[in-house]
Amino acid sequence: MKRILVAIKRVVDYNVRVRVKPDGTGVITDGVKMSINPFDEIALEEALRIKEKGLAEEVVAVSIGPADCQQQLRTALAMGADRAIHVQTDAVIEPLSAARIFKSLIDREQPLLAILGKQAIDDDCNQTGQMLAALWGRPQATFASKVEVGATSATVTREVDAGLETIEIDLPAVITTDLRLNEPRYVKLPDIMKAKKKPLDTLDPAALGVTPAEQLRALKFEPPAQRSKGVMVKDAQELVAALRSKGLV
Amino acid sequence: MNKILIVAEHDGHNLNAAIAKCVSCARAIESAHVTIAVFAADPTAVAAQAANIAGVDTVVTVAHAANAHALAATLAPQVAELAGGYSHVFGPSTTFGKDLMPRVAALLGAPQLSDVMAVESATRFRRPIYAGNAIVTVEVAAGTQLVATVRVASFEAAKAAAAAAPISAATLKAELPTHTRFVSISAARSDRPDLQTATRVISGGRAFGSAENFQLLYALADKMGAAVGASRAAVDAGYAASDMQVGQTGKIVAPELYMAFGISGAIQHLTGIKDARTIVAINKDAEAPIFEVADYGLVGDLFQIVPELERLIAAGK
Ligand SMILES: Cc1cc2nc3c(=O)[nH]c(=O)nc-3n(C[C@H](O)[C@H](O)[C@H](O)COP(=O)(O)OP(=O)(O)OC[C@H]3O[C@@H](n4cnc5c(N)ncnc54)[C@H](O)[C@@H]3O)c2cc1C
Ligand SMILES: Nc1ncnc2c1ncn2[C@@H]1O[C@H](COP(=O)(O)O)[C@@H](O)[C@H]1O
Repeated sequence: MKRILVAIKRVVDYNVRVRVKPDGTGVITDGVKMSINPFDEIALEEALRIKEKGLAEEVVAVSIGPADCQQQLRTALAMGADRAIHVQTDAVIEPLSAARIFKSLIDREQPLLAILGKQAIDDDCNQTGQMLAALWGRPQATFASKVEVGATSATVTREVDAGLETIEIDLPAVITTDLRLNEPRYVKLPDIMKAKKKPLDTLDPAALGVTPAEQLRALKFEPPAQRSKGVMVKDAQELVAALRSKGLV
Repeated sequence: MNKILIVAEHDGHNLNAAIAKCVSCARAIESAHVTIAVFAADPTAVAAQAANIAGVDTVVTVAHAANAHALAATLAPQVAELAGGYSHVFGPSTTFGKDLMPRVAALLGAPQLSDVMAVESATRFRRPIYAGNAIVTVEVAAGTQLVATVRVASFEAAKAAAAAAPISAATLKAELPTHTRFVSISAARSDRPDLQTATRVISGGRAFGSAENFQLLYALADKMGAAVGASRAAVDAGYAASDMQVGQTGKIVAPELYMAFGISGAIQHLTGIKDARTIVAINKDAEAPIFEVADYGLVGDLFQIVPELERLIAAGK
C-alpha cells in the first residue's frame, strides 16, 4: 500500500510566552496550552493533499512522548489521518532517538514518504528528518515549500538562504516542511467524533528495539538577556538626528 | 587536544562569511586544532580563502564532480568519512548547515547541538530553545564525538591570517548516492548587501499591504546601504521573497542597526533580531510589542515616515 508516515510532535502552543522556571530546571509547562507542532500540521496537510490527489492510499500519524500525546494524535485523526501510532515514553527523546524510532516504524510500515516538520518549536533542533533520512539511506528534501509527487520520484522546492532551490529525489524519501508549503485545514466537529473510532496503536520504544539515549544533558535553563528599554522619538527628524549621532546613518 | 573539523559552505567561488564565525566558535574551545574541509568540484579558490582565516591550522580539500552542488545526501557520507578522529564537527547554522549536519551526525551515531551561541568548554555549550525564550546549557560526556551548528549571529568573524595555513587534498572511498539530484536554484539577484552579514538591515511587515508598497523600503535601503528583510506575514502575503524572512524560522541577523517598519514584534520575529546592536521600531500602534525591545521607537504611519527618512538621510549625505 502507498503509505505516508507523518510525524506529530506535541509542543507548547506557539502563542504561549514560554518562561523559565525560577530554579532553572526547565521551562514552565504546567497549565500551558499544548498543540501539534505547527510544522507538523503542515506535514499532515501535505500528506492529506497527496492522498486526495490519488497518489497515496493511507496516512499514518506518529507521535513519540508521554500519554498526553494522544490528544494531538486524535486531532491529527480528525484532520484526516487514517490511523495513528503512539510511541509512548516519558524519557527525554533527543532527535537521534526520535529518528531511530521513526526508522524502526518505517521498517514495519514501508512508506512511500515520511513527512516531518523542519523544526520542533520547543527544542528548535531542526535535526530529526535529516537524521531519519541518513539512517534510512534515502533522500531528504528539507524546508520544502512545494512538493510534486510522481510515480517513482518527487520534485521539491526548498527554501534556502539564497532563494528557492529545486531538487529531484527518488522515492521513498523524507520531506521536511517549511511554513509556505500549505495552509492546514481546520478540523470540523463531526470529524472529531469520527476520529474517536479511528485506530490508535500504542507501542513502547523497546518494542521497536530502541533505548532512548540521553547523550545531551541539560544542566540549566536561563531566561535570555533582556534588552534595556529605549526611548521614544517624536518624528523622523529626531530619529535621524539620534542615529546620526551614533554614526548609524 | 580537541580536533575540530569545520565543513566549508561556499558557492563554488567564494567561501561563505559564516565560516570565519565558525572558526571563532571553534577557537573558543580549549587547545583547539582547527581544520576546514572544502568539498567542491574544484576547491582551489575556496580552499585558499579558508587557509587565510586566522586560527585555521589546516585545510583539507575533496574534489569531486558530485560536489558541484551542495546536496546533503551526497556530502554527508564524505564528511562522515573525513570526520574520523575529530572530536567536534561544526557547520554554520545556515540552511546549508542545518540540512547537512544532522545527516552527518546520524551517520556518525553522534549527538548534535544546533545553534551553539556560546562555548563554556569542549563539552559544555549554550544554545537557545523555545524561539529564544530560554537559553539552555548542555553537556556531552567527555569522549563523545559532537556535531554542532554554530549560530553565526553569536560570533565575530575571525580575522585574516598573517600566514596561510597548509592545504592538502584528500581522496575518499565513500560511495555517493544518485537518488538526490540538483535541478535549479532561483536566487533573486540583488546588489544590496546580504541580510546575514549587512551592518544595516531594514525590514517590513504586513502593514505594507502589497509588493508595490514594499518598494518604498528598497528605495530607503539603497540610500542607507542596507539589506532588506521581512516578517513572516509579509513573506506569506507575497510582498517579499522567502529568503528575506527574519526570525525563529527564517534568518537570524546581527547588524549594527535594525529598523522594523510595520512589524508588530511577535516573539518568533524578535528572536531573529535580538543580537542587533541598535533596534529602531516604526509602528502606528504605540502598544505594539516591538517597542519593548526597541532602542528608538517612533509611533506613526510608515507611508509617511519611510519617504521622509529617505529624504532626510539623502540630504545629510
Ligand atoms: C511556527 C511559526 C514560526 C514563525 N516564524 C516566524 C519568523 O521566522 N519570522 C517572523 O517574522 N514571524 C514568524 N512567525 C509569525 C509571527 O508569529 C507573526 O505572525 C508575524 O511575525 C507577524 O508579522 P507582522 O508583524 O508583519 O504582522 P502583524 O502582526 O499583522 O503586524 C503588523 C503591524 O503593522 C502595524 N501597522 C499597520 N499599518 C501601519 C502603518 N501604516 N504604519 C505603521 N505601522 C502600521 C500594526 O500596528 C501592527 O503592529 C512564525 C509563526 C509560527 C507559528
Ligand atoms: N517526539 C516526537 N514525536 C513526533 N515527531 C517528532 C518528535 N520529535 C521530532 N519529531 C519530528 O521531527 C521534526 C523536527 O524536530 P526537531 O529535530 O526536534 O526540531 C518535528 O517537526 C516532528 O515532525
